[in-house]
Amino acid sequence: MNITLAHYLVLSAILFATSVIGIFLNRKNVIVLLMAIELMLLSVNMNFIAFSHYLGDMAGQVFVFFILTVAAAEAAIGLAILVVLFRKVDTINADDLDHLKG
Amino acid sequence: MTFDPSTIFALFFYAFAGLLVLSAVRVITARNPVHAALFLVLAFFCASGLWMLLKAEFLSLALILVYVGAVMVLFLFVVMMLDLDIEHLRRDFKKFLPLAFLMGVVIVFELSIVLIRSFIGTNTPVQALPPEVSANNTLALGKLIFVDYVYAFEVAGVILLVAIIAAVALTLRNRKDSKSQNIAQQVSVNAADRMRIVKMDSDMAAKQDARGERK
Repeated sequence: MNITLAHYLVLSAILFATSVIGIFLNRKNVIVLLMAIELMLLSVNMNFIAFSHYLGDMAGQVFVFFILTVAAAEAAIGLAILVVLFRKVDTINADDLDHLKG
Repeated sequence: MTFDPSTIFALFFYAFAGLLVLSAVRVITARNPVHAALFLVLAFFCASGLWMLLKAEFLSLALILVYVGAVMVLFLFVVMMLDLDIEHLRRDFKKFLPLAFLMGVVIVFELSIVLIRSFIGTNTPVQALPPEVSANNTLALGKLIFVDYVYAFEVAGVILLVAIIAAVALTLRNRKDSKSQNIAQQVSVNAADRMRIVKMDSDMAAKQDARGERK
């Protein structure tokens, strides 16, 4: 009963698919969209660490370190934008954010 | 009754993995965004356990510190600060469920076919890390970051700085009713602007005249 690299990769594929489903289901709720993106980044990081362990290369863990940095910055700016948005239009429904007429 | 290490490893893997998938599903289906944020915390804890099993100790603890300590608190703070109309936001939740579920199953199925065919044989590290690297994960990671990837590390620092400035600049509100000094105006003022000299007769002389008349 050995845990192989494939176990970890399939687990992170399931996690990635879960967050894709989450983006579909919570199309309107920007906060849950951000959480689903965090889960996606987590599944990518899991791939990096699994490969790093099973292929014996520490560089994968360095990349995870940088992804964590960028993800933290992204969450901070995303939530700041969300707060400003809520102040302006009093909603976080993604359908109401059509001021740019895109 | 004795367990061999690989069985214990497998038990821990399945426990953490099951809990991770369950909490991820709860994150995307929870009605209340606060519950979603708390389930996300649970998901990160489970992922951290899985990383610990892969001997990435530093990153697994950094995940808890960075995500549970900072990012999730930020999420909870924002969720609780905003007054959300949850029913409105979840109105066509059911409408997209079949399509989303189908897409998820297709993604997992396709990825699984490719990944299992390619990597099912890799059950032990094909190239074990040198003993001094595997003994101290933090030391090895630090040597890599500060020697080989030092420029990328500095760029990461700049990214965090930009994020700080952006977040502050976005949310800083200039109040219209707050009072503040205009320093340039204060410095460049001259006497003529702030003092007006009015010529008028002496008040005392007028009073004495009035008293003299009464006598």
